[in-house]
Amino acid sequence: MRTILLCFLSLYLLAGAIPALAEPESEIDLLRAELKQMRADYEARIADLERRLDTAEQTAAVPQTTTVQAPGTATATADAYQPAPSIGQPAMTGGGAFNPDIGVILQGMAWSYDHDPEEYQIPGFPLSGHAELAPEGLSLGEAEINISANVDDKFTAWLTVPIHVHEGDTEVEIEEAWIETLALPAGLSLRMGRFMSNIGYLNSKHPHSWDFADQALPYQAFLGTHYLDDGLQLRWLAPTDTYLELGGELLRGDHYLGGGEGDSGVGAYSLTARTGGDVGFDHSWQAGLSYLHVDAENRPLGGHAHADEHEEDHDGDEDHEGDEGHEDGPLMFGGDTGLWIADFVWKWAPNGNWKQRNFVFQAEYLLRNEDGFYTMPDADVLPWDVNQSGWYVQAVYQPFPRWRFGMRYDRLSSDNPGAAFADSILMPGSDDPQRYSFMTDWSNSEFSRLRLQYTLDKTSHEDDNQWGLQYIFSIGAHGAHSF
Amino acid sequence: MKTTFFCILFMVLPLTAQASLEVLACEPEWAALAEEIGGDMVKTSSATNPLQDPHYIQARPSLIAKVRRADLIICSGAQLEIGWLPMLLQRGNNPSVTPPAPGFLEASSFVSRLDVTGLTDRSQGDMHPQGNPHVQTNPHNIRLVANAVAERLAQVDAENAEFYRQRLADFTQRWTEAISGWEERAAPLRGKRVIAHHKSWVYLEDWLGLEEVATLEPVPGVPPTATHLSTLLRRFEGDEHADFIIRAPFQNDKSSNWLSERTGIPAVMLPLTVGGSDQATDLFRFFDDIIDRLLSAQG
Repeated sequence: MRTILLCFLSLYLLAGAIPALAEPESEIDLLRAELKQMRADYEARIADLERRLDTAEQTAAVPQTTTVQAPGTATATADAYQPAPSIGQPAMTGGGAFNPDIGVILQGMAWSYDHDPEEYQIPGFPLSGHAELAPEGLSLGEAEINISANVDDKFTAWLTVPIHVHEGDTEVEIEEAWIETLALPAGLSLRMGRFMSNIGYLNSKHPHSWDFADQALPYQAFLGTHYLDDGLQLRWLAPTDTYLELGGELLRGDHYLGGGEGDSGVGAYSLTARTGGDVGFDHSWQAGLSYLHVDAENRPLGGHAHADEHEEDHDGDEDHEGDEGHEDGPLMFGGDTGLWIADFVWKWAPNGNWKQRNFVFQAEYLLRNEDGFYTMPDADVLPWDVNQSGWYVQAVYQPFPRWRFGMRYDRLSSDNPGAAFADSILMPGSDDPQRYSFMTDWSNSEFSRLRLQYTLDKTSHEDDNQWGLQYIFSIGAHGAHSF
Repeated sequence: MKTTFFCILFMVLPLTAQASLEVLACEPEWAALAEEIGGDMVKTSSATNPLQDPHYIQARPSLIAKVRRADLIICSGAQLEIGWLPMLLQRGNNPSVTPPAPGFLEASSFVSRLDVTGLTDRSQGDMHPQGNPHVQTNPHNIRLVANAVAERLAQVDAENAEFYRQRLADFTQRWTEAISGWEERAAPLRGKRVIAHHKSWVYLEDWLGLEEVATLEPVPGVPPTATHLSTLLRRFEGDEHADFIIRAPFQNDKSSNWLSERTGIPAVMLPLTVGGSDQATDLFRFFDDIIDRLLSAQG
């Protein structure tokens, strides 16, 4: 301490000494006197500081508990136990040291397949959206950046920006960018912007919170992993003891299931009803029913469609359209799509202590009807009115902290669209596509997870053994997960 | 006739006035406190039960429905409920209990928080940068929060403000007397050395003058590992000494029993909240029981 002060003092003197050289003798004497005075002052101050430091150290050495006095003087104690300066400063509610909260989720994976994943097709269910298989070998997966904050007392905002590498190009998307009201009366809330639709159970889950390394088959086939779009979402929560939420959305219809060229700006709507409850402390459940209607015009579909011409029209459009470099023209759908989803989740944890042991059973059934016309690669336009359905059922068990084991079975089936589609990718195979998946994962904390997954994939003509390794790490702010 | 009328009136009036306010507490101790202050005027429920770890519950549909109906929410705060409460508040669509509305009360912001690190480096475990949230294990904190609860109840339900103030005065008097009794009984515990499963007890330790010498969790929020436990075993079967290994009822007893068997240090389960043991039936008996258990383990 003293050295530092002296050091500063000498610097100060040096700086002062340069002009001082030019001063007459008497002024130098004056300066000397001043210097002496200053030195005396400083030494007095330093001595004082040292004295105070000693006192502070002695106080600190006595445990803090001394603020609570010895038994028998409790009345005095109660008054002596005074709040410290942290009082009154809210320590909540998720708001961290920064505004906004920023969280990053890093994912990476390694996959091994029997067959080339680039050629992956499910006959009868052309894949769109992000539904293609992860690349073989080591790959980065996606880095997801979440930024959120309350805008003011009436609005909150959320932004999700995944960054991923797709065929050698780094792509930045806006996956979610929405504002939500905080202060609407009567149990209402309104969300606006781009968001993952509220339909179904899995649709609004971010990939990092999936229980398996890939999305369930019906979501892959019917929604391109999940349906997100630009629009409005209104939710109403009933003031009842039993949870009952009704929701409706008006959406642009620009993203798969929607998509294409001619939408008038409102190409889709959805309705959702959801209820749930507890059975004792150990069990809780949730069930929902949703309907999504999309009006599609020349929606490109499947690996044969070409993305580029649409990407120009819709800035920020997804990279749905899959493989490039095929010779055929785009396979396009125009017409009405209706999608029903029934979802059910049952969670069990002894006495609700989630961290020790838990079991989750989850199932969803999706039914899609598409009524319209397909523009075939050879430019024929063929009528299409086909029902397709898919379901999955999965169970994940955590027998002790850190480790989870899960099984999933998912399956698709489709009407026969007619002989006209016989040679196309729209013709389903003779057997229903299905998969058996097994996973185990290990989480050191809520912020880290390593996963091994095996899938026996019977969706194409040839069975595929798929092995995947995955990591998911979360840094920064991490929002609470929904049920 | 008149008497009968008044008699009936007095029987009916309390019924109509009863339970006008719905209070949702995140933890049972705040539900108990709201009952002490609010009496028959409030209907309380708790999002977690006494045997649950309040860090880790699910944002269940039933709780969203409760948030929707609540007039006042009381939570420990300091990020204890960060894994589920923000989701409940967001989905609950109830602006009168969404911070900064007066219908949301964060208990830990009314006491002097310990272990305020400001740090967010998670290699130190799942730290709460705004301090340790388990403030209820020091009765002086309960007294401070009681003031805040009474004030908020009076604010949310202005008609009965005087009622709440009176009940607060009554509670404070009984509580202050109880504190002096506890401190007298707990005098022999001063300076005892404690191994804690999780850092749930810093306020208790601070109050009673216990010294926490280790935790079974290698870092907060990460379950005890074999490596860490064997390190502890080497420490405490050697020269180092400790008096208790304490855990909350919802923390797995395997680790503390394992260490206890090998070192002879008594393993003690302490209720972390009201209802956490058979004896801890209300706020007063909660502290009675903590001290009973420590004293009897001490032998």
